[in-house]
Amino acid sequence: MSRPSDHIDPGQAAPAEEVRGVRLGVVGWLRWAWRQITSMRTALILLLLLAIAAIPGSIVPQRSSDPNGVTQYFADNADLAPWLDRFQLFDVYTSAWFSAIYLLLFISLVGCVIPRAKHHWDALRGAPPATPQNLNRLPAHLSASMPGTSPAEVIAAAERILRRDRYRVRRYDTSERLTVSAERGYLRETGNLVFHVALVGVLIAVGFGGGFGFTGQRVVVEGQAFTNSLISYDTFSPGRFFSATDLTPFSITLDKFTTLYEERNVNAVGQPIDYTADVTTEVRGSDPIKQVIKVNDPLRIGGADVYLLGNGYAPAVTVRDPAGNVVYQEMVPFLPQDRNLTSVGVVKLPDGLSKQVGLIGFFYPTVSAGHSGAFFSMYPDLLDPLVTFNVYVGDLGLNDGVPRSVYALDTSKLTKLTGTKTDLPSLELRPGETAQLPNGMGSVSLDSVKRFASLDVHRDPTQGWVLAFALAAVAGLLTSLFIPRRRVWISARATSGGTVVEYAALARGDDPTLSEALTRIATAHGSDLGLVRE
Amino acid sequence: MNDTLSQFSVLSLYSAMAIYAIAFILFTFDLARGAGREANAAAASDSIVQATGDGSIATLTRVKPDAATQPRGRGRLARIAMAMTWLGFLFQLAATVLRGVAASRVPWANMYEFAMTGTLIITLVFLIVNLKWDLAFVGAFSTGLVLLLLGLAATRYYVEVVPLPPALQSYWLVIHVFVATLGTGFFALGFALSLTQLLQTRREYRAVESKPTRLGWLKRLPDSAQLENYAYRLIIIGFIFWTFTLIAGAVWAEKAWGRYWGWDTKEVWTFIIWTLYAGYIHARSTRGWRGTRSAVLAMVGFGAVMFNFTIVNIYFKGLHVYSGLK
Repeated sequence: MSRPSDHIDPGQAAPAEEVRGVRLGVVGWLRWAWRQITSMRTALILLLLLAIAAIPGSIVPQRSSDPNGVTQYFADNADLAPWLDRFQLFDVYTSAWFSAIYLLLFISLVGCVIPRAKHHWDALRGAPPATPQNLNRLPAHLSASMPGTSPAEVIAAAERILRRDRYRVRRYDTSERLTVSAERGYLRETGNLVFHVALVGVLIAVGFGGGFGFTGQRVVVEGQAFTNSLISYDTFSPGRFFSATDLTPFSITLDKFTTLYEERNVNAVGQPIDYTADVTTEVRGSDPIKQVIKVNDPLRIGGADVYLLGNGYAPAVTVRDPAGNVVYQEMVPFLPQDRNLTSVGVVKLPDGLSKQVGLIGFFYPTVSAGHSGAFFSMYPDLLDPLVTFNVYVGDLGLNDGVPRSVYALDTSKLTKLTGTKTDLPSLELRPGETAQLPNGMGSVSLDSVKRFASLDVHRDPTQGWVLAFALAAVAGLLTSLFIPRRRVWISARATSGGTVVEYAALARGDDPTLSEALTRIATAHGSDLGLVRE
Repeated sequence: MNDTLSQFSVLSLYSAMAIYAIAFILFTFDLARGAGREANAAAASDSIVQATGDGSIATLTRVKPDAATQPRGRGRLARIAMAMTWLGFLFQLAATVLRGVAASRVPWANMYEFAMTGTLIITLVFLIVNLKWDLAFVGAFSTGLVLLLLGLAATRYYVEVVPLPPALQSYWLVIHVFVATLGTGFFALGFALSLTQLLQTRREYRAVESKPTRLGWLKRLPDSAQLENYAYRLIIIGFIFWTFTLIAGAVWAEKAWGRYWGWDTKEVWTFIIWTLYAGYIHARSTRGWRGTRSAVLAMVGFGAVMFNFTIVNIYFKGLHVYSGLK
């Protein structure tokens, strides 16, 4: 942090001791180390190091923000990736070296703030310093002669003027001259301290924030409901101090999901322009309420925030055995693959049919065929939907105890029966249609196509604190950069038939308007005494 | 109708660029003109002595007057160049407003528009600061940079008007992005002044050593200490705006993405820029870092701003993918 201009860096003033070769001892070394770390130069270097250390995190994918990118990076750079990982380059912002830099920086900052706060506290209670002997040596200086006035009335007026301008004032009189010493702008230093303390506040609040909160993701299909409990989340990451009892019981039902695509602007046909999730929420013990979640408009419920972060299609699929008994009936969320929402989904049928069957489905909301005959989606809305299924039989791998993603089918122990490189074409289904599985295993029906919303539920009880500290930092910054801290001295000396007045000012820190301010004071002083420039 | 408007917008922008090009040439000639001339600024004495009459208050001496108020004549070339810059600014303003009207939203939702609004703000900051201080010598840099960015935007970043994706439909787009352009405008001028400061320092050293220098054209300009003061005053304003950009961005990110800070690439670079300029402000009060080193920091800071705007926007993967380029 910037020091007042009269500050002397103790780290620089110390060498006399060392030159004499005095053994410092443990305490001495600690004191030396502390001086080094709290010196301005160290703080500045740490600040610049922090900027440099942040760079790799923008080049190498990070586990926190882009886990898939990390996986991809490992696949693409099999030799390099483990080395980068050894240096925590996939977790830059939680890495030992990044943390070391900012922790040292904050230690340096605290070590600087405490003595400065004390210094400032003393200054706030103390009086402005004694008037220098030679006022004309100061950066801003004016003088005037005022015939027909006495030094006493002149200096009294000066005191009045300065007080009116919110200066803190103290008289220093000698037999030779009467002087007033004044200082203003203590807020500049207060602001500076507030700024730096607020930064520490931000750091602490951010540090704790992750601990008490949680984030969870859940895919909800139209018509489905989800309750806020651990088991109903697809993924859930609790903070360190989080306990499951912190989850407020509430439920959210997705009544309807509406998307709007650009239709008229030829440069943007098919571009999404609105997503709206109409939901019914119910907090235990109160009546259900109809609410809306939109992309920039999260739902605040039960101390948590619910965000709309993704959406897609969920075909309703029914599978029957050869006798016509339903063995599977679900709305299966398909994951979007491109901007026209070609989507991929998986159906796993471990029981009910003669063999274990897996289906990999491709969904095209508005289907079209390319030259090669391959399907693609040409528009994201449901104009001409089609699902194709590739059928696999064999071992789904569900019984070996390894957790499997519901969105992926492990085909290593499966035999492909339909689709490319097989004798049979893929099953093709439009809503309401039914197709027979190969070998008379049963049938698959596409009953309808619904939409799903992927909801993120977050709770971060400290984010309000982070914001409050950040705003305090801005307020501190504004005062510390733009409120001028000035010392002004006015002296009055008797001459034959009048008084000679001297005005001088000294800025502490950057102060572009020092001379103007002094001129203004001198002018106001003159007119207060009823004098006019001739 | 909207097509017509955006075509007018492009036309107006091209006109602005042509006018800026003329202003750039004039500013450059004005700088070159200084090479053959002695500093006339020295004529303005450092102390102004006025006579005192009886019975009056009179200002007698003023030691070290604030050099900002020193009279420094602006040459004819510079005056014409400044007028051209104003004219170019008006055309660019029209272009930007038309683009906004054509799109029925703020004209800073993709890289083309951001470049257009950003350079408009750079020019505006330059023009307004020149009402207060005479910094016409920065004009060559300012118009040059604006021309370069506009050229890049018009040829490489141009996209047709398209509606906003849901993630950008927020009033925070208006606040967050606009404040970022304001910060960029002040940083740009700070960069130019710091660069001039470095050259001036070099010339001053050469002059002290009585060595020949090719930087004679800088004689007419303020001395390096004064340039540093100008740069500092502009950069702290930019820093405030940048701090606000950071906070507003975090508030918006919380609303749109469910977290206020996630080290997304653009967030990383916004943080890096903030840290660099924080370093700059501290450097000014660190022994051995005032002057040349802090000027270098200011320049590195603006380099990062430009890197963030171009390279990070286009080549880095992240959530801030709004360049509109495919």
